[in-house]
Amino acid sequence: MAFEPREEQTKLKYQELRIYSDEELNNYTEDELKSFKVKHNIPDLDELEKGPWPSFVADSKREALRRHKLPEDRMMIKPEVVEDMLGQLQLSFDHGETHWKHGGIVGVFGYGGGVIGRYSDMQDTFPSIAHFHTMRVNQPASKFYDTDYLRTICDLWEYRGSGMMNMHGSTGDIIFLGTFTEQLEPIFFELGHVLQQDLGGSGSNLRTPSCCIGKARCEWSCYDTQEMCYELTHFYQDELHRPAFPYKFKFKFDGCPNGCVASIARSDMSFIGNWRDDIRIDQAAVKAYMGGEIAPNGGAHAGRDWGKFDIQKEVIDLCPTSCMWMEGDTLKIDDKECTRCMHCINVMPQALRPGKDTGVSLLFGAKAPILEGAQMSVLTIPFMKTEPPYDNVKEVVEKVWDWWMEEGKNRERLGELIQRYGIPKFLEVLEIPPMPQMVTAPRANPYIFWKEEDVEGGWDRSIDDYRSRHAR
Amino acid sequence: MALSTERLGLFNPDKPMENRLTDLGPRHYWQYFPPVIQNNYGKWTHHEILEPGVLVHVSETGDKVFTVRCGGCRFMTVEHVREICDIADKHCDGYVRFTTRNNIEFMTDSQDKLDALKKDLQSRKHVSGSYKFPLGGTGAGLTNIVHTQGYIHCHTPATDASAMVKAVLDDLFEYFQGMTFPAQVRISMACCLNMCGAVHCSDIALLGYHRKPPIVDSQVLDNVCEIPLVIAACPTGAISPAKTEDGKKTVKIKNERCMFCGNCYTMCMALPLSDKEGDGVTILAGGKISNRISPPKFSKVVVPFLPNNFPRFPEVCSDVKKIVEAYAADANKYERIGDWAERIGWEKFFEKCGLDFTEHLIDDYRLQYDTYRTSTQFKYTEASWAVSKAAGGVE
Repeated sequence: MAFEPREEQTKLKYQELRIYSDEELNNYTEDELKSFKVKHNIPDLDELEKGPWPSFVADSKREALRRHKLPEDRMMIKPEVVEDMLGQLQLSFDHGETHWKHGGIVGVFGYGGGVIGRYSDMQDTFPSIAHFHTMRVNQPASKFYDTDYLRTICDLWEYRGSGMMNMHGSTGDIIFLGTFTEQLEPIFFELGHVLQQDLGGSGSNLRTPSCCIGKARCEWSCYDTQEMCYELTHFYQDELHRPAFPYKFKFKFDGCPNGCVASIARSDMSFIGNWRDDIRIDQAAVKAYMGGEIAPNGGAHAGRDWGKFDIQKEVIDLCPTSCMWMEGDTLKIDDKECTRCMHCINVMPQALRPGKDTGVSLLFGAKAPILEGAQMSVLTIPFMKTEPPYDNVKEVVEKVWDWWMEEGKNRERLGELIQRYGIPKFLEVLEIPPMPQMVTAPRANPYIFWKEEDVEGGWDRSIDDYRSRHAR
Repeated sequence: MALSTERLGLFNPDKPMENRLTDLGPRHYWQYFPPVIQNNYGKWTHHEILEPGVLVHVSETGDKVFTVRCGGCRFMTVEHVREICDIADKHCDGYVRFTTRNNIEFMTDSQDKLDALKKDLQSRKHVSGSYKFPLGGTGAGLTNIVHTQGYIHCHTPATDASAMVKAVLDDLFEYFQGMTFPAQVRISMACCLNMCGAVHCSDIALLGYHRKPPIVDSQVLDNVCEIPLVIAACPTGAISPAKTEDGKKTVKIKNERCMFCGNCYTMCMALPLSDKEGDGVTILAGGKISNRISPPKFSKVVVPFLPNNFPRFPEVCSDVKKIVEAYAADANKYERIGDWAERIGWEKFFEKCGLDFTEHLIDDYRLQYDTYRTSTQFKYTEASWAVSKAAGGVE
């Protein structure tokens, strides 16, 4: 397999890159932490330290203490930044309203995205979060890391930011949460020069693409989700950093119809792995499931006694197309009737596997409710074979973007544009024919927008000619 | 090159374009795969869940990788990430991964290392008592709740995210650590309708919601906003141009047309909506992403409004619990919440969950007809008898 990065990458070694000494990283004791009080009164947040689920407040307090004990010249942002964030959060609870101002245009030169400007509206009370800008850092595909990378990121962000972050934001980026305008360029330079690492997308541009775990650790992935995600992210860096679109645009890559990154619900262009040959069956393993030797669904239901596994009830009867049956003790599948919903494969992963002739289905237009209601992606290209560098996929992408940039209104997502013009127009843009698989049913109303060229004789008619046959 | 400690680092404000590196993209993923992943890329044959939070994937080469999945907070500090690194260095040769749903996954290639890893993770607690790395989030159980920023960073939220998620997960912790549901349950949380978290296809979605129309800050509106854009931003046409008494250009809101989406505030800072009494939480249920058995579906609004009762949102926790418990008790194996609701009928969903059905739950927006029931197929519940009694002729 050719897994070559686009540009050679130096291996990051934390020991060579680090800012903080071990002593600085271990600068408080557990007793100090237990008795540590942040500078604001935060009763509601103290309450959120209780209970079993990991407490973000408890975590915040230890970072607050560490910063409190670091010499002030060992951070470019004030040590109280975590305490002020907690203080403002408590105040937001008290007031039932957020205390972040609307908007704030900041960024790094030449980019229109990757930085979200944010300012407190209580700057006198919480001076260290007066600016609280976010930076989106483009995560490596499917979010695997080594500790050299993560520790280096941590030192950078402790030194030049708040030390608070999201692992990860909804779209997939590492989120650096809270820094001052002055530090945006220095952080960007450190990321680029030291870490060979770029920012992600925000605003009206290509948002940071993300993918499922794919072939790295899943038996069902029908294409290299990481590789396609990496290639398209790099190929479309300009679109990712420099907003030229009507609104945001998202790519997400799911390796199979189980859809672990939810591409069908939240990406303008959903890539979902699929296959076109037959489900592979290991009849011996089928028997082992039936005999109770292998737990169904990979043991997912082990917390409760559901009784003995019943292949008829749990697999065959639940098949949405009724395309499976037993012949004696042999499982049969009528694959041409199968819609590849994954249920039987999920239940008996050791017996059934997706076919080997795999590819990707392309669906378009998902979005959250703002404005005209939520949409899921519509099945448009049922199956596509594609190999690096994915030229045929890129051709489709660019046809879609050209149309959307030409016709899309300000803040109109692709899904809304498709609805405004109708699928037939979208098919014309993609230069593909219609298929019944694009709809759940044909239209029930007969209001067909016939085109003039489809109607014999055209639409230009003479009223005199008409009146020659019909009196007024 | 070490990280810089100069105030402005490598950036020279006098020559801002000098040495600027752009369009580098993300780092390449391959270097972050542990050897067992690199060696078996694309060769996995199947997996099993050994216990809640612990998976083994088996390769055609005979190799195995054991994964321990832990709940994580989306919001974490560098202290926490460094602790994750300590664990990864100690047990996993320095590799770790995060999932789409903010879980943390530690991987190892042998059973011995697995046992030590598990024990280490389970032993780590914050000084105030909560787990740092609870095992779970696998199989037919509850996994981590994905969420948005809330009051921690966002300028448009109608509620807080981290607090609500903490409260709900404390309440449902046994389900995170168990696999006792009929199928997986995915809860997602977004602080406002913008849904940067795209929660609209979740088994249960918790959604911050405004209920008061925007306040017009006429003193500044014309200076800070483009009035035609603000008017065009309203999906119901509730905003129209106006003038103040002293002749300033501004806008007026037809309050009865407002559906509180907040799109106008996104476009114009002079139209804030948030309000202590007005803001709160809506619960949606029955959505899914997966194509398994039934196609993906949207979540439906099942609780129109609950108050923002900080910090623990008892009303939200209670209604979520009602839904998951009714589902756990009643649904068939493999049935997601939405599949269950459709099989028994939504009227039975409300009855079994003990949730009130109010007029707010009947769609009256643009595609409302899609949800009209144009059939005599229904089930009798107390709600239907209440209608019959109100209409007369039934005692």
